[in-house]
Amino acid sequence: MTIADIAFFAFAFTVVAAALFVVISRNPVHSVLWLILAFLSSASMFVLLGAEFVAMLLVIVYVGAVAVLFLFVVMMLDVDFAALSAEMAKYVPIAALIGVILLMQLALVFGAWATADGVAVLDSPQATPEGTHNTAALGMVLYDQYFLLFQLAGLILLVAMIGAIVLTLRHREGIKRQDVLAQMYRDPAKSMELKDVKPGQGL
Amino acid sequence: MVGLEHYLGVAAALFVIGVFGIFLNRKNVIVILMSIELMLLSVNINLVAFSAYLGDIKGQIFTLFVLTVAAAEAAIGLAILVCFFRNRGTIAVEDVASLKG
Repeated sequence: MTIADIAFFAFAFTVVAAALFVVISRNPVHSVLWLILAFLSSASMFVLLGAEFVAMLLVIVYVGAVAVLFLFVVMMLDVDFAALSAEMAKYVPIAALIGVILLMQLALVFGAWATADGVAVLDSPQATPEGTHNTAALGMVLYDQYFLLFQLAGLILLVAMIGAIVLTLRHREGIKRQDVLAQMYRDPAKSMELKDVKPGQGL
Repeated sequence: MVGLEHYLGVAAALFVIGVFGIFLNRKNVIVILMSIELMLLSVNINLVAFSAYLGDIKGQIFTLFVLTVAAAEAAIGLAILVCFFRNRGTIAVEDVASLKG
């Protein structure tokens, strides 16, 4: 067993344990932190496979953006999470049943699995073609063969961004906001009045 | 020697844990969204493992797209959740029954 194999088993154990704690944790903040651990260890597994770019993307996008978004929402919502997870024990039997059934189905698939003719499963992972870097090789394929999909992915992100803003933006009444145009179109005649105040009298 | 099967086993375990989590946290939408993220992560592990052990880089390209969709889905899902919480003051899934008639 080489160092890489030992590292794989350590990361695999961490991923599965962290995922289990995400699911069974009573406090959603703890769930998010376990989720971050699961993402980090799976990124390490991607590094072991040789897919460095995807690994770094996983760290940046998932840990840096998605998990922090979850953390914000969990802390922003004033919800009694203890009451929500109080009935968790009630659902354990049905959830375990469905999980075991799904696991058995996957095991059946695994038992009957065979590679097609002409496809060779390599002995050691080779995520990058010889003589090039992982990022460069990915860019050559992504910007060439999959350019349309790349653009569509950008469009999906744009739609998601606009949708999230539209859903959460609300205009509250009774709040003073700056109206730049109204400020610019003011003129002295309408906004100023000169009074001739007599000495010894008020207005 | 770690082979393709080991990675597929980890991905299968992760997927099953995700499904388990959806049924276990029937009320808590936030944990349900996190379980969906776990399932998408297991799909990504499958894609990258096949990509590495078949020597074909296209699997990693598809991982990028899955990542994009997962990020968009998390953003929209959390936005809907915040909106729902403002209107109803709760995030229990059972209360989302306004259209039931």
